[in-house]
Amino acid sequence: MRITCTVNGRPQVADSVWAGESLLYVLRERLGLPGSKNACEQGECGSCSVYLDGTLVCACLVLGGQADGREIVTVEGLSNGDSLHPVQQAFVEAGAVQCGFCTPGLVVATHDLLRRVPRPSDAQIREALAGNICRCTGYAKIIDAVHLAAGRMGAA
Amino acid sequence: MEFLQPTSWPEALTMKAAHPEAMPIAGGTDVMVEVNLDRHRPAAIIDLTRVAELTEWGGEGDLLRIGSGVTYARIIDELGDRLPGLAMASRTVGSPQIRNRGTVGGNLGSASPAGDAHPPLLAMDALVELASVHGSRRLPVSEFFIGPKRNAARPEELIAAFLIHPASGPQQFSKVGTRNAMVIAVCSFALALDPKRRRIGTGIGSAAPTPVTAADAERFMAGVLEEAGLWERPSEVDASAIARFGELVAAAARPIDDVRGTAAYRRHALSVLARRSFTWAWLEYQRSA
Ligand SMILES: Cc1cc2nc3c(=O)[nH]c(=O)nc-3n(C[C@H](O)[C@H](O)[C@H](O)COP(=O)(O)OP(=O)(O)OC[C@H]3O[C@@H](n4cnc5c(N)ncnc54)[C@H](O)[C@@H]3O)c2cc1C
Ligand code: FES
Ligand code: FES
Repeated sequence: MRITCTVNGRPQVADSVWAGESLLYVLRERLGLPGSKNACEQGECGSCSVYLDGTLVCACLVLGGQADGREIVTVEGLSNGDSLHPVQQAFVEAGAVQCGFCTPGLVVATHDLLRRVPRPSDAQIREALAGNICRCTGYAKIIDAVHLAAGRMGAA
Repeated sequence: MEFLQPTSWPEALTMKAAHPEAMPIAGGTDVMVEVNLDRHRPAAIIDLTRVAELTEWGGEGDLLRIGSGVTYARIIDELGDRLPGLAMASRTVGSPQIRNRGTVGGNLGSASPAGDAHPPLLAMDALVELASVHGSRRLPVSEFFIGPKRNAARPEELIAAFLIHPASGPQQFSKVGTRNAMVIAVCSFALALDPKRRRIGTGIGSAAPTPVTAADAERFMAGVLEEAGLWERPSEVDASAIARFGELVAAAARPIDDVRGTAAYRRHALSVLARRSFTWAWLEYQRSA
């Protein structure tokens, strides 16, 4: 089947999609957007987090056909050309990235948190990022990065 | 695999009648795990996310009627004041990503003994509305669960909605797990004090082949409150009565030993959860009276 959707503001068409294919597979394998990572395919790790019609979801749990006609924003859609989004910049500067596999999902989930809660507490950050697993950093620097981004975005 | 995408409720029912073997998908948080891991490959799949009727809720007489496609995130945001017990349970489901997508209808569809929406629905004796092209029927949620991961829907039926009384008193939900998010309950307990109907409601999760109520515990505690006129003049409830309530809740469970916990642990935890839940809820009732 064919899926037509808007990804990062651009109309996209994916052809010969199998009916059981996830949005994650469509994004990575059909549309050439490898930013969203595939680690567990069962909603546990959050590394495939994207916006679907403005809502944070795990792309691996959305059936491709469910995204037909919808608007998707992936991590690739957050930066402004070559200049990183303040959330991305903060992750780099705070040392919140080691292997980087979890980073795209955490960046999107942090972006979602900060548009709802501009100055989150540690507890609110932990709650909001509970569905994003990182096996490298131990989370302390991720929490630093969220505070750093929140401070800069609030000041801007 | 065939992909069906109805855009209205009548169309969804017609498609289900024509393809009774088709698997419905709402938020996909259970279905997609099965499909991705190749545990189950349905012949056809019906996407219900275009059926606007399922995402609506409103009043019906004394009850709230809530479409099966309303997500946990919306239950928390839009119904938290009227359904505090279900909202508490919803807050413990998965992560933000899961709560944004997962629905109570999907929880009912999966009918897992560990489904977190089930204990609060049992505690408030909610009704499940099933529909097919032949019409619709409503049954008490306690009759909806018929076995582990099995529910009473017929092949041609879809879950339309659930109906529930808005809270008339304090409600609680507690869940035992290894961390504060993303856990399947080792066991869980929901309590509803219903001063309007002079009723105590309970729901137990993950401690029997299906979610169950603790009917003896409910009757016992309602009796204690009635006898001493405590609904009208709430004062402290005797500690021995609260302990007995906990024992009766534990006795209603039929737990097994599994990877998440032993049967003995589950029983013990349930009696603790029941005592604490009652104590918290009663304090709140006393304060509000
Ligand atoms: C990472 C993760 C964490 C989770 N954590 C929890 C948790 O803490 N607590 C918990 O209870 N659950 C949890 N779940 C399970 C799941 O999120 C819930 O069961 C959720 O309520 C399912 O809703 P859904 O809309 O996504 O259902 P779907 O996956 O779309 O469907 C689930 C089942 O219901 C059927 N169905 C859906 N809608 C209808 C309908 N209208 N009529 C008939 N049948 C229907 C489907 O065919 C399927 O069998 C978790 C899942 C994941 C992936
Ligand atoms: S790949 Fe989607 S949550 Fe892990
Ligand atoms: S940096 Fe390696 S998983 Fe997070």
